[in-house]
Amino acid sequence: MKEEIIIAGFGGQGVLSMGKILAYSAIMQDMEVTWMPSYGPEMRGGTANVCVILSDRKIGSPIVTKYDTVIALNQQSLDKFEKTVKPGGLLLYDPNGITRAPERTDIDIHRIDAIEVAAKLGNSKVYNMAVLGAFLKLRPVVDMENVDKGLAKSIPARYGNLIPMNKAAIEEGMEAVE
Amino acid sequence: MAEKILMKGNEAIAISAIRNGVDGYFGYPITPQSEVMETLMKEKPWETTGMVVLQAESETSSINMVYGGASCGKKVMTSSSSPGVSLMCEGISYMAGAELPCVIVDVMRGGPGLGTIQPSQSDYNQIVKGGGHGDYHNIVIAPASAQDMYDFIDWGFELAFKYRNPVVVLADGIIGQMMEKVELHPMKPRRTDEEILQAAPWATTGKPATRSRNIITSLSLDADIQEEFNRKLKHKYQLIEDTEVKYSEYMCDDAEYVFVAFGCSSRICEAVVDELRAEGIKAGLLRPITLYPFLAKEIARLGRQARSMMSVELNLGQMVDDVRLAVSGSCPVYFYGRQGGNIFTPEEIVREFKKANSLE
Repeated sequence: MKEEIIIAGFGGQGVLSMGKILAYSAIMQDMEVTWMPSYGPEMRGGTANVCVILSDRKIGSPIVTKYDTVIALNQQSLDKFEKTVKPGGLLLYDPNGITRAPERTDIDIHRIDAIEVAAKLGNSKVYNMAVLGAFLKLRPVVDMENVDKGLAKSIPARYGNLIPMNKAAIEEGMEAVE
Repeated sequence: MAEKILMKGNEAIAISAIRNGVDGYFGYPITPQSEVMETLMKEKPWETTGMVVLQAESETSSINMVYGGASCGKKVMTSSSSPGVSLMCEGISYMAGAELPCVIVDVMRGGPGLGTIQPSQSDYNQIVKGGGHGDYHNIVIAPASAQDMYDFIDWGFELAFKYRNPVVVLADGIIGQMMEKVELHPMKPRRTDEEILQAAPWATTGKPATRSRNIITSLSLDADIQEEFNRKLKHKYQLIEDTEVKYSEYMCDDAEYVFVAFGCSSRICEAVVDELRAEGIKAGLLRPITLYPFLAKEIARLGRQARSMMSVELNLGQMVDDVRLAVSGSCPVYFYGRQGGNIFTPEEIVREFKKANSLE
């Protein structure tokens, strides 16, 4: 099994930490992972993205140009990465602020209104966990028990009280994906 | 089972320094390696192992602090990125001249000048051929994963003390910024005063009546003495070249086309080899792990077996010169590179490889 994923959105949406939690969950499942962020001046006030690769085997190139899954959380990211989904792959996007819907017909397209999930839970910071839940519902690449462990490893101990809220957002995201 | 942690290559450098008994880190922040000092400051090793962590006022200052610590036989290190390492080159030459052990981590970014902050391998010539003035070599080791970043600190100090020579861990922005699984090895305590006397009898640790003074200097005003010293260095470098070459091979046994790539480029070339093999093209990859000493013998051997070689680097073509020297005309040697912080994709390399070899 190998899953090549790119998560792209605005800086501040929790794109990098969502990738980190996903990667840590995969480590808990004894998989190999790479987490490669875009870094540089383009991040400040602009878009942020992270490429996460999960595999049963040692990972060669951490740089890929076609993805099994693209998660696009704003219009720029959708425009940039829609064409990079492998045929038959998954495109998951947040419809908020989207003025041009995805057009491809050879891929699996799903939507997650993660702003609504976060609003329902009363915490805008768990936005990214709602997206993660939606992804895991569509691509159960990691068992939920390992996601729990990944969350615990990724969130600093002093914020351990926030784990249940993050988990609730993952579960709500699983329900809300369409 | 050893603990496995998800961390950036830069974080692995810091955690490894603490866990491998490093005595001091002196540095100055610069992208893309600022997480090294950030992690050290967060971990506060001065409260646990007693390791000193100090932000100097400049890179010039930090390398000279390393000079001072190393003179006392301590395991000391610094890290920086390309423009910062240029500022350190005077100090590195002095340390080579004074035969001082240290580890310098260079997480390369695009140049020349201030360049970009994105990944690059454009300082191969600078670091592998010296960087500072004078007839000297750094021992240069090139990590290709976060685990390598962790492991190469300890290995780097081992080499540095074995040969009394600066060791450069030559990484790049990808290896520094990428997070991967890192397995932590058991902690090594810092050396005791007695252990320092054993490991570094040449160090300025206080002169007992039983021996003459230890002098650390790179200055000699007598040409004959200096020449004798240069020849002593040559002898040391020869020993290093004879014994410390390290590399890895991927599908080279029956390879007709051999890629040569180090660091992050070697990872990307693995995917290239897989893709070409899937098409029935017998490709292989030779990854130098030590850049100095260089794997000239292995390249020469594969050069006799291969139809062609291709050096793939994030620069305008630097290591390719050494590959061509080693191959010595027995097969064509091509080059493909990207610059300025841009990174090649496996598909792009496959395309350029086919173009070079007329395989389209």
